[in-house]
Formats: sequence, structure tokens, C-alpha cells
Amino acid sequence: MSTNLSDQEQKQAGEKPASALADAASAGGRAGDKIFSGLSLGAGIVIFLTLAAVAIFLTWQASPVIEIPADEVSGGNGFLSYVYPLILGTLMAAIIALLIATPVGILVALYISHYAPAKVAKPVGYVIDLLAAIPSVVYGAWGITVLSPALAPFYNWLANNLGFIPLFQGPASATGRTMMTAGIVLSIMILPIITSMSREIFVQTPKLHEEASLALGATRLEMIRQAVLPFARTGIVSAIMLALGRALGETMAVALVLSTGGLQWSLIRSGNNTIAAEIALNYPEAFGDRLAELIAAGLMLFVITLIVNFIARAIIARYKEFSGAN
Amino acid sequence: MSISTQSKSSSSSQRNTLTSGQRPKWLVPVVMVGAIVVGAAVSALITFSVASWAIFAAVLFLIAAPIAVTSIEGSRKGSDAALTYVVYAAFILAVVPLVSVIWTVLARGVPTLSIDFLTGTMGGITGLIDQRAVAEGGAVPGGVLQAIIGTLVITFWATLFSVPIGLLTAIYLVEYSNDGWLGKVVTFLVDVMTGVPSIVAGLFASALFGLILGPNTRMGIIGAIALTVLMIPTVVKATEEMLKIVPNELREASYALGVRKWRTILKVVIPTSISGIASGVTLAIARVIGETAPLLVTVGFLNTVNWNVFNDWMSTLPTFIYQQLMRPVAPTAPDPSTDRAWGAALILIVFVMLLNLIARLIAQAFAPKTAGR
Repeated sequence: MSTNLSDQEQKQAGEKPASALADAASAGGRAGDKIFSGLSLGAGIVIFLTLAAVAIFLTWQASPVIEIPADEVSGGNGFLSYVYPLILGTLMAAIIALLIATPVGILVALYISHYAPAKVAKPVGYVIDLLAAIPSVVYGAWGITVLSPALAPFYNWLANNLGFIPLFQGPASATGRTMMTAGIVLSIMILPIITSMSREIFVQTPKLHEEASLALGATRLEMIRQAVLPFARTGIVSAIMLALGRALGETMAVALVLSTGGLQWSLIRSGNNTIAAEIALNYPEAFGDRLAELIAAGLMLFVITLIVNFIARAIIARYKEFSGAN
Repeated sequence: MSISTQSKSSSSSQRNTLTSGQRPKWLVPVVMVGAIVVGAAVSALITFSVASWAIFAAVLFLIAAPIAVTSIEGSRKGSDAALTYVVYAAFILAVVPLVSVIWTVLARGVPTLSIDFLTGTMGGITGLIDQRAVAEGGAVPGGVLQAIIGTLVITFWATLFSVPIGLLTAIYLVEYSNDGWLGKVVTFLVDVMTGVPSIVAGLFASALFGLILGPNTRMGIIGAIALTVLMIPTVVKATEEMLKIVPNELREASYALGVRKWRTILKVVIPTSISGIASGVTLAIARVIGETAPLLVTVGFLNTVNWNVFNDWMSTLPTFIYQQLMRPVAPTAPDPSTDRAWGAALILIVFVMLLNLIARLIAQAFAPKTAGR
């Protein structure tokens, strides 16, 4: 008892200098805390300011477009008639890319998640990531030198045999540098986005659902239709939207591959153009009003991709709320 | 009735009753061989080429194999087989371009590579020199040193800007925001930033400096700012993921010892997750090092070495490739320019692959040991 008391006394006696020390240290510590939390908050605000600056400076530099007389804009009919073929071209390239990349991307994701043996699945995932790591300019160079010449005879065949369809109207481009080729190169570039996002969701499919389906005698196809796809549907849609955002903004593949020209429906003739390629091709030499025009076109692209990404994020947010995954 | 048919089929084909009604093992290989043979024939009808042969054979197999399976095992097994073959075909289809790209870069880039190419610049290389090189043969004139240096310097500056901002933002999101509204806004903005097209980032940087220094200003630092805009979200996302997997027990243990929050973050949280952060940052660098479009509108072109990002135009590997392909030095003799472009492409891909490899090695070597996985 007495020893206990003396212990307590000792503690109380010893606490005073210790707590004083702690106070002294915490004065510096508190300041450190404030500085650090301030710094990290500041970094968050920098991100906000950067995005605001992107919108503000682009709008500011693009604003002269409103004042340029219609006949002085490139094309001579005002800004809108200058920019709408570019927007249509951008959409065309992105849609071709999506039409190819979506089925292939989802099937490859299925291969990795449900078909490949575990030992193969991981390296295959790396290979698909490798596809994403190759710089776009290299894809563009490959598109001109390898893909375009390889596809030119095929386009010729299309023009001869399916030329009655407006999309394949001849005469086909002899070099193969067409909207179709650009779309195919784009599809290769967005494939990894669709594959890696779909794969992540396929893997999260509840194992019990899959096993329940198989136990009822379903084939693998039926199991995928019953258990995997319903679970992954929203995720796939958002992956496609994100890939669309990337395809819309991708520049180099189109700028290098496409031999640009006016708007037309034939995908196998040279012609058409996208916003990003128009900027890349003309910005280095542009000045004055032309500069404002190109920046305004860039602003259009920014807004379009922003909308697409918003939709994608909204779908992802809904998905997270309801699925119970994550 | 059913027993008698079963026994009859098993006795006639010497097969187990369990496997009756299933396709024989040789069926699919036989269909495959048939598809390859018929594909070759169809391809020969038009002009024969390996590509059209492969395509016809694949299409024939994808049609014939499910039909063959259906005829024996019924439509359910048939459609299941169809999906299996389509999945494998899609995988091969996805790998073909990758192999083709890498093969092309190696086949066309390796012959160009030499010490002279790596240490020389394009200074003094004119169309005449290129024409003479074509006429006389020999090594490709000129080099890429200016582009290598430009790429490294601009990427360095972009990393210098984006890593502190990205790191601190991630720390704010994980450690300080407490899921408040500001944290949600920042997360949302980072997502928006991920979707900014690279050319728009370039236009932004160009417009910003155009206002300050006059239109059409071209400098390395403008390109670095454009790349920073593209790099920040990647760094934030990677760091955020890594900070989130640091176990809360570590933080609580540190607080229990009376350590301040900022010291806890600096001494406990970040050291625990440093490998993941480092590999994330490396991957972010790998992503921006190949960006072309933003540099095209911000840094211009240059034939000689320039280390100074605050003065004069610069050359980078991606823009060098673009320029050599689109505007050959000698328009009548474009071969040396094309060779230089592929040489530069090879160097660029080597950089990117090295960075990816380094990122994986860092992640593997120092991976934090998480419980139960």
C-alpha cells in the first residue's frame, strides 16, 4: 500500500517536467500540423485552380472568334460551319474505334478473367498493359507505314464490291490513309482501357453466383450471361464511356494517319478531319485570328470530353452505391 | 427404350456411357485443319496473302466449329463452344497489333541506332546531305541527342511540379478530408482532370503563356506545364490508392505514443507506402514521356541541343518523330528522315518500357506486407 502510494507520488512528481517538455514540443508540433494540413489543402486547391484556369484561359483566348467577320473565318462561312465538320469527324473516328474495341476488349477481359488458366492470365494482363504503354506517336507511325498500306487493297475491294453503301463509296484511297484506318488505330489504343476496367469488374463477380449457376447445369456461356454480365453491365458501360473520352481527345494517331480533307461519308477515301488533329496540324504555324479559331475548337473538344466523362463518372458513382462491390 | 439405345451406342463405339453424346476429341482439331485448308484455297482464289489466309481460316473455323459441336451436343453446348472460340480469337486479335508494332519498331529502328546517331544532333543536316546519303548509302546522317535531352529535361520539370502537388493532394484526400464535401470536390476534379485531352492541356499552357509573354511563345517550360496538368491526376490516383492500404493500426499506434499527425504521416504512413508511391510516380512519368500533342503546340522544334527550358524552342523525342515523318528534311529523299523517326521511336519505347520495368521492380521489391493476402 505504502509502496503504491509512493509510486503514485513519484509519478506525479515526475510528470511535471515531462508534461512541460511535451508542451514545449507540441508548440512546434502544432505549428507543424497547421503548416502540413495547410500545404495539403493548398495542393487540392491548386488542382481546382488549374482546372478553372484551363477553362478560363481557353475561353479568353477563344473569345475573339465571336468578333471575327464570318467571311474571314477559315472556310469563309463563320465559325460554326468551320467547326461542325470537325466535330462530326471527331465523332466518326471515335465511333469506329468504339465499334471495334468494345467487343474485342470485353472478350479479352473475359478471356483473362474466366477462360485463361491462372498462370497465363497474369502475363496476359501485363501484355495488355504494355499495349497501353506504347506512346501514341509510335502507333501513328505504325499506322502510316504498316497498317495503311496493308489495308489499301482491302479498301479497294470494298469500294468495288460494296461501293453502293455511302460509307464505302469509291474510289478508295490508294495510300490507305483514311478515316477507317485512323479509327482502327484508335481502337487499338483504347482497347486496354476497356479490357482492364472490364476485367477488374468481371473478377469481382460474386463467386457464389457463378457456382450456383454452374451447379444448376449452366454452360459457361449461360453462366456468364446469368451471373457475370448482369453484375458487370454498368461497369462495362462506364468503361466504354471512358474509352470514348480518350478516343475523342486522341490526337497523334489521327494527325499522322489521316490524310485530311473536307467532311464526307465515305470512310475509305482520304478526307475528314478531327478537332485534335486539326489543332495539331495547324497550331504551330497559326497566329492572330486563326489561333483564336483553333483554341475555340479546342474548347469545344474540352466541353465534349467533359460531358462524356461526367456521364461515365455518374454511372460509376451509381454502380458503387448499388452493387456492394468496393 | 432409352437403356437399350444407350447400351447399343456404347457397344458399337466402345465408349463409356458417361461420355456418350459428347463430341469426340478429334472433332475440333479436324475442323481447324479443314478451315485452314479451305481458307488457303479461298485466299488463293483472290490474290493469296498470309493475312487473308489467316482471316479466312479464322472466320471459317469460328463458323464451322460451333456448327459441328451443335450437331453432336445440341445448341446449348454449341453456343458455349462458339463463345469460347470467339474469346480466344479476340485475344489473338488483340495481341497481333502489339506484336506488329513492336516488331516494326525493332526491325526499322535497330539498323539506325549507332553511337553517332545517339550522340549527334540535327544541327547542319540539310536536304542536300540527306540526298547525298541516299545516293551514296551508308549511315543515316544526323542524330537525336537534342531530342533525348529535351525529353529528359522537360519530363524532369513536369515531374518536379506534379509530384509535390499530386502527393500532397493525395495526403489531403486520405488523411485530412474525412470524407468532407471538399474532399469529394477534389476527388471529382481529379477525375475530370484525368479526362482532359492531351492537346487541350497543351492549348491551355500555350494560351496561358501567350497572355503573359505574347502569342506564339514556345519554351520548354510551357511544355512542362502542359505535361504537369496531365501527370497530376495519375500521381494523385496512384498515391491515394497506396495511402489507403496503410493499416489504420499503424496510425493509431503512432498517435497513442503522442506523435503529432504530420510527423505520423511523414514518419509512418509515407515510409510504409513509399514503394507503391514510387512505382506510381514512375508509371506516371512513363505515361507523359511519350506525350506528343501537348509538346507539339508548346515547345516547337529545334535542331540543336538546348538544356534551358526557360529560353528558346526545344526538341523532344515524340515531336522529333512527328516532324521527321510529316516534314522530311529532304522532301525528295525522305528515307533518312523516316529512318531517324524509327530510331527515335525505338529509343522512346525503350525509355517507356524501362520505366514500366523499374516501376514493377520497385513495387515488387518493397511491397508492404498486407495481412491475409
